[in-house]
Amino acid sequence: MALIIKDRNVVTDPWNRLELKADGSVPRTPATGDIIVPLAMWREQRAHLLVRPGRIGVWLDSHEEPAAIAEDLRIFGVVAVNFPKFGDGRGFSTARLLRDRYGWKGELRAVGDIFRDQLFFLASCGFDAFVLREGEDPREALAGFGVFSESYQASVERPQP
Amino acid sequence: MYRYDEIDQRLVDERVVQFREQTQRFLAGKLSEDDFRPLRLRNGLYIQRYAPMLRVAIPYGLLSSNQLRTLAHISRKWDRGYGHFSTRQNIQFNWPKLEEVPDILAELAKVQMHAIQTSGNSFRNITTDHYAGVAPDEIVDSFVWCEVLRQWSTFHPEFSFLPRKFKIAVNGAKADRAAIFLHDIGLQAVRDTAGNVAFHVSVGGGMGRTPIVGHVIREYLPWPHLLTYLEAILRVYNRYGRRDNIHKARIKILVKARTPEKFREEVETEWAHLKDGPATLTGEEVRRIESRFTRPKYQRLPGDDAGHLARLAAEPGYAAWAKRNVFPHKVAGYSAVTLSLKKTGVPPGDATADQMEAVAALADHYSQGELRVSHEQNLILADVLQSDLHALWIQAKALGLASPNIGMITNIIACPGGDFCSLANAKSIPVAQAIQERFDQLDYVHDIGELDLNISGCMNSCGHHHVGHIGILGVDKNGEEWYQISIGGNQGLTRPGAPAALGKVIGPSFARAQIPDVIQKLIEVYLKRRDSEEERFIDVIWRTGIEPFKEGVYGTHHQRQERRNRSLEPA
Repeated sequence: MALIIKDRNVVTDPWNRLELKADGSVPRTPATGDIIVPLAMWREQRAHLLVRPGRIGVWLDSHEEPAAIAEDLRIFGVVAVNFPKFGDGRGFSTARLLRDRYGWKGELRAVGDIFRDQLFFLASCGFDAFVLREGEDPREALAGFGVFSESYQASVERPQP
Repeated sequence: MYRYDEIDQRLVDERVVQFREQTQRFLAGKLSEDDFRPLRLRNGLYIQRYAPMLRVAIPYGLLSSNQLRTLAHISRKWDRGYGHFSTRQNIQFNWPKLEEVPDILAELAKVQMHAIQTSGNSFRNITTDHYAGVAPDEIVDSFVWCEVLRQWSTFHPEFSFLPRKFKIAVNGAKADRAAIFLHDIGLQAVRDTAGNVAFHVSVGGGMGRTPIVGHVIREYLPWPHLLTYLEAILRVYNRYGRRDNIHKARIKILVKARTPEKFREEVETEWAHLKDGPATLTGEEVRRIESRFTRPKYQRLPGDDAGHLARLAAEPGYAAWAKRNVFPHKVAGYSAVTLSLKKTGVPPGDATADQMEAVAALADHYSQGELRVSHEQNLILADVLQSDLHALWIQAKALGLASPNIGMITNIIACPGGDFCSLANAKSIPVAQAIQERFDQLDYVHDIGELDLNISGCMNSCGHHHVGHIGILGVDKNGEEWYQISIGGNQGLTRPGAPAALGKVIGPSFARAQIPDVIQKLIEVYLKRRDSEEERFIDVIWRTGIEPFKEGVYGTHHQRQERRNRSLEPA
């Protein structure tokens, strides 16, 4: 199983994240195990996914609205937000909305083009789990949380600036 | 001058360590060029035509003499002995070595300076009126609000990867000397009858490829809500601004696509959630920041200095300089002085290390150890005793910093252009020099009166050509450098009835050698058409439209038609 960062520790990842197929169609659901499904799949197969054994999580792509899952949040074991490119910063706002507006308290994980140089900002916006891109060593990346010891802004971690 | 507290200093120090580590990873091949680019950019480091360019932040243009000495030292030790003051009130070094940049940053951190967010898709340096705190028409001291915004916008976790760069300007005076309507967000301070401070918020202005004058989306925003309201604007932009096309990624494109009314509604909806939240400003917080500013200590003087007034009457050279380069001060007996970096033959905005050190000494001696960089790329000594003005003038003249041309045609704003910048289509500096040489006769320049002439080497418009009364833009035609001329632009409401405006292109572009002649023709039309010496170049354009100027340059409509017909005839 892959290694990820969770609550600033390196742990093995119990979740299997599914992606839509290249033609945009929904992939086959594995019979067992904990899965994180794309939003489109959650919408299409909700009833089926709910009765399936194993925990369920959902992931939003950078353009997808957190409002789309606001009503369902209590069902999920994890919510993930994809960063298709390092420079695509929409996921930071998505995280703030999930935490501040929709009250998501569970695991919020950043997936996609993630490496150590974003970790400080991601954590400030409420992410607590990080799946680094291929080739990054999560143990080395832990240093990324400590680059700054202070912040000028209120954050999810520290509500008063 | 704002003095860092322990947290400010620690963040800057930690940024140096972080950048050193990122640079080492890049040089060791552990970080690809693609990944390193956005990281170095958010620290002001571009890879330019010949070498990297490092842009150092001068927050809201305010600088201490000590900091200026450090800049001089850096330019000597790591560069070629000069720096370029930019239109964003920053300074750029054109020749540093990549591997030495972390050392430069460490040197800057020693004097409370940095290069944080001077480029990249993040908040840029907050700019303001270079007469903030001293202008007679002051509403608030905008430096305090700029510092509030500097802190808020530094390493903002949610908004560090925006669709594109983001520029905020604050104006705290009645006249707009900060070009606020040409910024992503413009803030105009106002006071109600009880004296409470609020802001007039405009959004979506800017120059570049798609120049737009900003739209007011909130007439009256009480100061405690400043940051929550800006967060609402930024959140809408961060989520919905275009990221598929770099040329359509600025907030102005989003505002235009949504319409300003719709955009405003979206911001208000978002703000309803954020209002009164944790980012709400408190009086305590604003006072804390205010108290970290050192304040000039003024003598109590009865009024204008008699010696100064007597010399004005007796010495025409001094009077000419004072008329153009000395600005009134809110405290009796004091003036603000512009040291011109626009001497003919010197690239606009450039200063040598020797000049920087000399200016630092002038600031210590005459202006309480502080100075400002203006977005017109000059240096300002803001707190000069009128009784010292004459001595200062003599010294500034000896340093080549007393060209009496502020507000005049030779006070050219220009980007570094094709001589340095890899984005430029054409050179700007030789064009500026050719114009300065053509208009070297002081009497003539003063007869022409107020005229902003701005030059950009490409559509990114770092030289603010869109808002020049005359704007010159470098364009590329089949690999050759050509220049397009526009007229009628205006940077902001510097006097009643003259709002920010964008220039209109007068017609087909010209080769570089033709530019001085074209400018001269425009000036001749103006001199012929003006109804008095009070009517400025820009006023005539607004009164008559651009047609008479077009005629002056290209001939009458009929002549132009004939020429076109002839060129279509078979040879």
